[in-house]
Amino acid sequence: MSIISKHIRNLLKEGKRLDGRGLEDYRKDIKIEYGVSKNAEGSARVRIGNTEVVAGVKMDVGEPYPDVPNKGSITVNVELLPLSNPEFESGPPGIEAIELARAVVDRGIRESDALDFKSLCIKKGEKVWFLLIDVYSFNDDGNLSDAIGLAALAALKDARFPKYDSKEGKIDYKKKTDKKVVLKELPIPVTVLKIDDKFIVDPSLFEEKAMDARLTITTIEDGRICALQKGGEKPLTEDDIDKMVDIAIKKGKELRKLLK
Amino acid sequence: MKKRKDNRRLDEMRKIEAKVGVIKRANGSAMFRIGDTIAVVAVYGPRSLHPKYLQDPERGILRVYYNMMAFSGSGERIRPGPSRRSREVSMVIEKALTSVLDLKEFPGGVVDVFIEIIQSDSGTRCAGICAASLAIADAGFKMKDLISAVALGRIDNDIYVDVTKDEEDIEGMADVPVAYLPSSGKIVLLQCDGFLKKEQLKEILKIGKKVCLEIYKVQQKALKEGYKK
Repeated sequence: MSIISKHIRNLLKEGKRLDGRGLEDYRKDIKIEYGVSKNAEGSARVRIGNTEVVAGVKMDVGEPYPDVPNKGSITVNVELLPLSNPEFESGPPGIEAIELARAVVDRGIRESDALDFKSLCIKKGEKVWFLLIDVYSFNDDGNLSDAIGLAALAALKDARFPKYDSKEGKIDYKKKTDKKVVLKELPIPVTVLKIDDKFIVDPSLFEEKAMDARLTITTIEDGRICALQKGGEKPLTEDDIDKMVDIAIKKGKELRKLLK
Repeated sequence: MKKRKDNRRLDEMRKIEAKVGVIKRANGSAMFRIGDTIAVVAVYGPRSLHPKYLQDPERGILRVYYNMMAFSGSGERIRPGPSRRSREVSMVIEKALTSVLDLKEFPGGVVDVFIEIIQSDSGTRCAGICAASLAIADAGFKMKDLISAVALGRIDNDIYVDVTKDEEDIEGMADVPVAYLPSSGKIVLLQCDGFLKKEQLKEILKIGKKVCLEIYKVQQKALKEGYKK
């Protein structure tokens, strides 16, 4: 174990963290900025401390999947850019990025019923909207997962449908309409780390390296869970999970307010 | 006098903005904005290059990765990952940046320059190179000069400075991105898509040089601001 990991563990025994925060405190400066890329149908930048991510939504019209002829769909792509962390490598998304795209963003939005996929239908069996969400890391200073989850939601909130000519079957990307993406829920992912017998949120990079296990818990307004993803090599007990879920519900409420 | 759709004179640039130190984790970083085109660059290195057989014991290696984000273009989503276009743009920027660096300073090492275009309205490689030279300076490399670049165009018989996407899409126009070493006026990147008479090329290079001196001032100011902190 590295010296810094040992130090983090020793501090946690006294209920302290390296930067002086409480165990269940996010960094104070969480900033959400909308409309950061004007060619996107929707976009947002999220900063948690020095951690920074940018999300954008593009829209396209295509044929629905044959098993759901009256529903549109979403595609989520997360890129952990080598620009944001010297340890990230160039190339197609690795397993970490795929996990974030699938388990944090896609599953949260899909399983919470936040989006009414039927509302994305233009003509049953023929034409539906696809929402293409891309999230990029710009600076990794820990807790990219929660930042990415927030940014994807913020970009969806910011999105306006482009003009679609159904006769010609063409989208005019230069003309945005007033039509918004209706989000019935705001599924907020909160990642809770377990280090020894302590639980912390919004980890720094060093804390991420020192962790035993993590659980990303996505909840909606009424406190129901809609997605879970366990990570890290050590096991969790039922009691651990119970405590971590409580933290995620509480923190989820605070973060949800920032999106309203 | 002829005015453009956005009310600029033919020889007038869009508003430019530059800032260094925008990505805390990087050894050097910068943002450069011209009109609605925004480039963000991070520089990492020199660090040792792996696999080892790629190392050059005589001199370091500079690698440039230029990328347009999926949602940055004016049409449909851009498929992520390197394209033939992005690889070519990366290569010409790499050559331009190599001309101001002393790679012998870090034999066996590599410097990576990541250029991300967040939002585009033409001139992305020029914005990218302006930001990249700032980021390299921000990282503290010994440099022969900064690099200032701008995209010019010929539309009918007129020379336009800093063309937009709308202007670039005009049938029969020639698009000429050019990058200079501002102190000596030497050219380190030059490309052209479209017909040009020899005299028009001469004029373009002359106008470009003048315009790039204005960009250079903004770049110098950004570097000074960065060191104030």
